[in-house]
Amino acid sequence: MPSQYVIHLAVMILFFAYLGAAWNILGGYAGQFSFGHAAFFGLGAYTSTLLHIHYGVSPWIGMALGGLAGVLLGLGSGFLSFRYGLRGPYFALVMLAFAEMLRLLFETWMSRSYPLGLPIPLKGTSLLDFQFRDKGHYFYIILVMLIAVTWLCHRLARSRVGAYWMAIRDNEEAAQALGIDAFAYKLLAMAISAFLTALGGTFYAQYFLTLEVNELFGVQISVEILLSAIIGGAGTVFGPLVGAVALQLLSEVTRVYVRAFSGFDLMVYGGVLILVIIFLPQGLLEGMRRPYRAMARALST
Amino acid sequence: MLILQALLSGLLNGGIYSLVAVGLTLIFGVMRIINFAHGSLMMLGMYVSYWLFVLWGVDPYLALIASGSVLFAVGVLIEAVLVSPVLEAPEHDQLLLTLGISLVIENLALFLWKADPRTVTVPYLAVAPMVGGIMISSPRVIAFVVSLALTAVLYVFLKRTDLGKAIRAVSQDREGALTVGINMRRIYALAFGIGCACVGVAGGLVVPFYAVDPYVGGVFVITAFVVVVLGGMGNFGGALLAALIVGLAESVAAVFIPAAMKQVVMYTIFVVVLLFRPQGLFGARRA
Repeated sequence: MPSQYVIHLAVMILFFAYLGAAWNILGGYAGQFSFGHAAFFGLGAYTSTLLHIHYGVSPWIGMALGGLAGVLLGLGSGFLSFRYGLRGPYFALVMLAFAEMLRLLFETWMSRSYPLGLPIPLKGTSLLDFQFRDKGHYFYIILVMLIAVTWLCHRLARSRVGAYWMAIRDNEEAAQALGIDAFAYKLLAMAISAFLTALGGTFYAQYFLTLEVNELFGVQISVEILLSAIIGGAGTVFGPLVGAVALQLLSEVTRVYVRAFSGFDLMVYGGVLILVIIFLPQGLLEGMRRPYRAMARALST
Repeated sequence: MLILQALLSGLLNGGIYSLVAVGLTLIFGVMRIINFAHGSLMMLGMYVSYWLFVLWGVDPYLALIASGSVLFAVGVLIEAVLVSPVLEAPEHDQLLLTLGISLVIENLALFLWKADPRTVTVPYLAVAPMVGGIMISSPRVIAFVVSLALTAVLYVFLKRTDLGKAIRAVSQDREGALTVGINMRRIYALAFGIGCACVGVAGGLVVPFYAVDPYVGGVFVITAFVVVVLGGMGNFGGALLAALIVGLAESVAAVFIPAAMKQVVMYTIFVVVLLFRPQGLFGARRA
């Protein structure tokens, strides 16, 4: 029986791999880097939680509704950004601005009713209420979510839609010249990515059972979402998982060996991000493949 | 009277924003890099000034020389070690790199100096004369004057000196600049260093009236982005005008709306300008 600590670590790895994979659909495959996925994440968490508390809606249904709310927000922000041709860093920063606006609005709204954060009433172990005393249940739920999104990425990457996304990512003008409706396909990527990220928000809410506006909508979560995909390898099926394993293990190791202080994780993440961008811009997965390929080449000659 | 007071403090804030934004727009104009770490570098400048005052009682205005030169050195170092390897990389990688830099700087500051906001009290600055019912905060006036003066000096430097002309040449046409024998590596390092020095001095200037903590840069960097975008990315004069506009708009808005919403207004301006007038009010890319 693994300890609760090990289970928690495993849940966190799978959770960030899941979020990274959700971000990856928009950022990695369609090439639109969002710095504001916290908007979808927080929206999902608050939609299911508020529906649960005020109307007794099961978080499972709330999760789906939160996902839909994410889709609406994604389509709205995507429509504005893509319609007016925002790309690259400008798109990233506008998404950050959207997330920050939502954060400030929720902060104003929530600080009136829940100044100490929004607690989710504990009902013990109940599948319907998405609450379990044993962390193991959460492990299986997030495992299923991760497998589902990984399978989806795998299928999408090999589909016509995936090919269109990658064409848009590599050269939007050329893709359009070939008759691909870049605007529509970017919106599609946005909708799927937003939906999945919002589901992740509900999982977070049910796992931690308390919601803090700054944690759910903050820049930090936006950064953590994209980090596992970038570090592992954007635009690859297993990149987000590799990135999440590396980052979460690294943050555990440093937490054990270095006198911890709040923000230490972020400092380490920042350092890793810098190193990866400079030395391995394709991500760790590519870095791991490189010597393997070299060996294969050496063997074949 | 409330409005007059707001107009004055808005104008004064605008002066500071101009110095922050001019640094950002210079880096963008020359290197095409959006420096996400700009706010964190301002925070560093604030701490330089704070510690010089606390440890050795150095006058905050004398300390400007230190915060400016320290940040210049930090900027040149960051450019040489971290930014130069990604100059040819995709734009979003460059943004991620500066994001990584800001994460490291901010959290290192948190580790070294803790999260408590720290303030500096300078006795001779405590006097706030009232003129016609309007309070005039002397450190803010000094900050305004020094900011505008430095912006003007930088402008003359870019327009008149050979080095300044080389910097502008690079920002207008990289290949052309290379052909006439301009040392690009040196110009990039210099531009990044000057941009960081601007924000370092701006940090030092606000220390007498603004508490410093490791995350203080976040407040300024968003404003600086708004200003730079509004003025036209890379447009030096545009940034100056936009800074004054933003300063005024912000403090007049603060009279009518709750403080928490002030930032929402800022983000809204940012998004609206990027969406509908990405070239800014005064046209982009003319350093």
